[in-house]
Amino acid sequence: MTDAPKRTPLYDLHVELGGKMVDFAGWEMPVQYPMGIMGEHKQCREKAALFDVSHMGQVILRGENVGEKLETLCPQAYAGLKEGKARYGFFTNEDGGIMDDLIVSNAGDHYFVVVNAALRHQDIPHMQANLDGVEVTEIFDRALVAVQGPKAEEVVGALCPAARELKFMETTVADIGGAECRISRLGYTGEDGYEISIPEADAIRISKLFLAHDDCEPAGLGARDSLRLEAGLCLYGNDIDQSTSPVEASLGWAMQKRRKEEGGFPGAARIQKELAEGPSKKLVGIKPAGRAPARQGVEIQSEGGDTLGAITSGSFGPTVGGPVAMGYVAADHAAPGTKVNLLIRGKAQPAEVVALPFVTQNYKR
Amino acid sequence: MATYYSEEHEWITVEGDVATLGITQHAADQLGEVVFVEQREAGEEFEKGGEIGVIESVKAASEIYAPLDGEVVEVNDALADNPGALNESPEGDAWIYKIKISDASQLDDLMDLDGYKALIG
Repeated sequence: MTDAPKRTPLYDLHVELGGKMVDFAGWEMPVQYPMGIMGEHKQCREKAALFDVSHMGQVILRGENVGEKLETLCPQAYAGLKEGKARYGFFTNEDGGIMDDLIVSNAGDHYFVVVNAALRHQDIPHMQANLDGVEVTEIFDRALVAVQGPKAEEVVGALCPAARELKFMETTVADIGGAECRISRLGYTGEDGYEISIPEADAIRISKLFLAHDDCEPAGLGARDSLRLEAGLCLYGNDIDQSTSPVEASLGWAMQKRRKEEGGFPGAARIQKELAEGPSKKLVGIKPAGRAPARQGVEIQSEGGDTLGAITSGSFGPTVGGPVAMGYVAADHAAPGTKVNLLIRGKAQPAEVVALPFVTQNYKR
Repeated sequence: MATYYSEEHEWITVEGDVATLGITQHAADQLGEVVFVEQREAGEEFEKGGEIGVIESVKAASEIYAPLDGEVVEVNDALADNPGALNESPEGDAWIYKIKISDASQLDDLMDLDGYKALIG
């Protein structure tokens, strides 16, 4: 990763809007705009915010029985995914760890997959090597823009009536401002909203059309992180990685019943064993009692001083109005209400295990 | 009364035996929105270069380093309830400590306003 950071099709817009640019996973991305992380976070919870997520990998899969074949790499039920539906999932490795998380959509004549920016180089060869007879094509000429928040339907629907008809986790192709876009009603903020794949030449123009709405403002990676943390959503590399299983990561909800019972995905032995017997550690919400944020790496201890695990994501939650965190604890300390201590700069600070999410998810079911 | 600046983006205003210490507007702008300040207690002594507190923004934690040897004589308690004041008036109401300077000659290692302005460009 010694190359100069790459720029998305929206780079010039970020600069024009006063974005503070940082290197993220090899991409030059706005961490915030002049409004600031707190304001952008609240904008998304209360109205609508526009995020550039073009650094994520957009991939097209074409071939026979793509859904069935994806089931050999993921513990999700993709064979039965209906046309126009999207489903969250992950690639597992032979040890039952998570290689990456992703969104798979059945787009009718193909499948559309979105993977994490930092793992494009792993995931695409992984699919090419393991999905027999499937043509795996990475898209480089489209931006991906997320419009998120309770006003997202108004902002996007004003330009694209078809967007109003979509329910949570549904996807379609429609015209926005003269460009053919893929619009999916999903996101990673805990709010209603859309992710929209736009031809790169039209990306800035269409983003400006969204931003022209009184209720829509740009938001950066900083707000995106605090929003997903309050919503209890895992960040790959922080909360989940090659060593953590989906059962440990409390992602049982994302594995459908048939797949959990049948197996047939990498690492099924460990995952099925943990489903039956319970994992030894569990990802939980952690609410510090005081005002000090608990950052990634902070040790979690029992009240008796035993090490239970560590914080994997921690920040200040603007909507909660205080620090929020997630981390792994020994399974016998994972029940909500369990009192723990956080070793912040050498001092034990009281905290409590809490149910996730911190903020109620607000999806359009 | 004279004000000095450190390379760690602190300011010190000296009035007789006591000095007031805070972070500069430039530092506050770089940190982003401050959500928590961890301060030492009155009576604690510190050495030049030692950590004398932590400022947490939404994004990250940043240490405050002592620009010289001294002792905390007063803590700005208002920052505990209103850490955001550090973004509003870091060179005014949102001072962090009143300190007693142990060795006034260490002030010679610090910058004046012109020097500091040159540092931050």
